[in-house]
Amino acid sequence: MSADRAAYYRVAIRRRRHLDVAFAVVGLGCLMLGVLTLTVLFVEMAVQGLPRLGIDFLMAFPSRHPGEAGVLAAWVGSLAIMAVTALAAVPMGVAAGIYLEEYAPRNLLTTIIEINVTNLAGVPSIIYGLTALGLFVYLFGLGHSVLTAGLTLALLILPIIIVATREALRTVPDSQREAAYACGASTWQAIRDHVVPGAAPGILTGIIIGLARAIGETAPLIAIGAVTFVAFLPPSPVSPDFPFISLDWLMAPFTALPVQMFNWTVRPEEAFRANAAAAAFVLVLMTLGMNGLAIWLRYRLRRQTRW
Amino acid sequence: MVDRLPVAKPARPAAPALKASVTGLSFHYGAHKALDGVELPVYDRCVTALIGPSGCGKTTLLRCFNRMHDLYPGNHCQGELTLYPDNVNLLGRQVDPIAVRMRIAMVFQKPNPFPRSIYENVAYGLRVRGERSRVVLDEKVEQALRSAALWDEVKDRLDDPGASLSGGQQQRLCIARALATEPEMILFDEPTAALDPMATSNIEQLMTELKQRVTVLIVTHNMQQAARVSDYTAYMYMGRIIEFGETDELFIRPRLKQTEDYITGRFG
Repeated sequence: MSADRAAYYRVAIRRRRHLDVAFAVVGLGCLMLGVLTLTVLFVEMAVQGLPRLGIDFLMAFPSRHPGEAGVLAAWVGSLAIMAVTALAAVPMGVAAGIYLEEYAPRNLLTTIIEINVTNLAGVPSIIYGLTALGLFVYLFGLGHSVLTAGLTLALLILPIIIVATREALRTVPDSQREAAYACGASTWQAIRDHVVPGAAPGILTGIIIGLARAIGETAPLIAIGAVTFVAFLPPSPVSPDFPFISLDWLMAPFTALPVQMFNWTVRPEEAFRANAAAAAFVLVLMTLGMNGLAIWLRYRLRRQTRW
Repeated sequence: MVDRLPVAKPARPAAPALKASVTGLSFHYGAHKALDGVELPVYDRCVTALIGPSGCGKTTLLRCFNRMHDLYPGNHCQGELTLYPDNVNLLGRQVDPIAVRMRIAMVFQKPNPFPRSIYENVAYGLRVRGERSRVVLDEKVEQALRSAALWDEVKDRLDDPGASLSGGQQQRLCIARALATEPEMILFDEPTAALDPMATSNIEQLMTELKQRVTVLIVTHNMQQAARVSDYTAYMYMGRIIEFGETDELFIRPRLKQTEDYITGRFG
């Protein structure tokens, strides 16, 4: 190579290297902007809320006195609602996803359904709240209850679970399906024995991300009539008398962590802000816990499945 | 292209009984015609090899035998594929593809064991048929692994994952899985394409042993392999069978120039 040529290449390479660095800097900047903003918000919330956080705060009902108010009814309500949501949305969402991906014929109707499901995932949550108010509360007469709240949030996350299930199923290689069919398996056997186990990590992640989304939803719960001052717990699901299981808790009035927070932030007294921050801290911890569980489960299941 | 199929005269005193015969089989993927009036006899307990350049339709033909095409939309076929001795047209609408796959097993190009134990891989075909007895399962799994020449290597670690085996062992595991249900016929789709020469030679050895009991149909890109393992060979091109005959005849004295060019490597 002649000297000019070598010099020319050096310059050209240097220019391209500069572009690499420039993009990395811009990308890092964008990333930091997001992460730092979140960190600042989280730290501020912790600083405000941590002094209020303690066993008393978790075990106390709301009160007119900010220093005595707690989130007992709220977190129990959130858990009860999540239970209903999970029981309703998980089987339906997974089954719908399996049907669409593995059974549904490829025709116009299926395409329309697919487009609708994908779009539903982006519908604002307040719309679900208003729909549920009309459907569950007025038409079905389920009242402003835990059941209504759970079903509403189930409706909200159903598209998320369906889409996640389908994407997880698509990651199972066709060679696995063909191997199962070649052994004489029926469609259901191939799905149950190979496709769903192979897709399980992805499906589980989708479910938990859906539930984490649901636990933070406020607007639809307010739309269907969440109570913001609940000084009692829903009836216990287990009872000392026959038949030992009681479903009365489903029909109890409810509140939930985000609703409680919202209520405290709109109060005029400054002292309730600290309560709201503490409740937010609890909510964030619950969400982080769920996401952590999703990551751990995915890691555990991925290790078992290698194609 | 020829209209009538040039069939080499059998050198042996009597040709073996037919296990299956393909008549007038055409196959379309959408508008693309992959098979065009294929005629092929498959003799009982013999190895029949399908050779030909890529895209000639040999894998498509092979996959018709266990109705694999039913799994995917947008294809259709005409013609008949008759399985003997009961004279059933495997492609018939009223024939359940599951029933076909219970009789005709398949081994794929890339070893595809399930992400389960070695034992469960082999037992799967029996389990989908409803076999629950541990005694029966143990016995048949051992039998199948012995037939696939894998038993001695894995007998002490049947609970290890199938993926822990080497490529050649995985392919023999897939053969054991296919054998466990005692099929009448096994389809091999380029079974050694992903294997090293040593593993390839093991599988070829195995195939010649298998034909004592089952009919074998194999697709291969490797001419030497076809010459080594098969009793009959069909040369395919553009969705048609160009020449079919006893392997020795076809490789030593091909009737058509085109076949000769392909097997000597001058074409394809």
